Amino acid sequence: MHGYANPARFLKIARWFTMPLLVGGLVVTAAALAWGWTSAPPDRLMGDSVKILFVHLPAAWLGMGGWTAIAIASLVELVWRHPLAAISARAVAVPGAVFAFLCLASGSIWGRPTWGTWWVWDGRLTSMLVLLFLYLGYIALTNALAREGSSSRIAAIFGLVGAINVPIINRSVVWWNSLHQPPSITMGNSAIDPVYLYPLLACVLGFSLLFGGVVFARMRAILADAQAEARLRRKAQKAELAQATAGDA
Amino acid sequence: MRETLDMMDFVYAAYAICLIGTLALAGWSFATMRAAEKRREESRRK
Repeated sequence: MHGYANPARFLKIARWFTMPLLVGGLVVTAAALAWGWTSAPPDRLMGDSVKILFVHLPAAWLGMGGWTAIAIASLVELVWRHPLAAISARAVAVPGAVFAFLCLASGSIWGRPTWGTWWVWDGRLTSMLVLLFLYLGYIALTNALAREGSSSRIAAIFGLVGAINVPIINRSVVWWNSLHQPPSITMGNSAIDPVYLYPLLACVLGFSLLFGGVVFARMRAILADAQAEARLRRKAQKAELAQATAGDA
Repeated sequence: MRETLDMMDFVYAAYAICLIGTLALAGWSFATMRAAEKRREESRRK
């Protein structure tokens, strides 16, 4: 793992992966959505609105998966001081927040025809909203720390502490009464009919590839900005030194 | 009174929000990356 700690080595790999992940993600997502759209019949209870599953579940998965990645990167940063860990956590935050928002928005739209309401303050919906607020707080904190050039260890602690919300979201439909259905997919088991399940898994794969491409692109942007800033600072210091030397002479 | 809702309107709305959001995120991230790498190249030349 430490072999990839070198930003130059990482950039070489990221250059290879960014475009294939973005383009591959777009193609797989488009194909999977078309597959689900054309092959999935209306559900007995939910009718045609069951098609929302193909965008809602990948968004939920990536919203929660994003914070899990932030927590792992934060742990790696705090324990091993891996130089890319803080950058990767920062790069995951924005796409994670976007997918958490898309999960809430698509869930709310799905709730209106199936539950008769846009929103209820139950465990699942509220804990997902808390996750979105955690993302927004994390983004504000990391931006402020980067602007001031402070240590990213505070953000790493925030990332680890916030991870407590992920199992709460996952178990909320088991622990509390909820309008939301209980877990449909668990380890090695699925209550979803294969006619929905396979296109759904393809959608999850497509959106995940896109997520990976976005994270690589954002890591490259953060690294490029840091390198440009460091180079300009070095040049300014050199110019200042040369001016001072000329003044002394 | 029974409310009649066209399910497909909600399906279109959910797909529109998710697809526009995802495409905007991917496009913005790609554009930010290209701009940052261009700034790095310019700083190398300056």
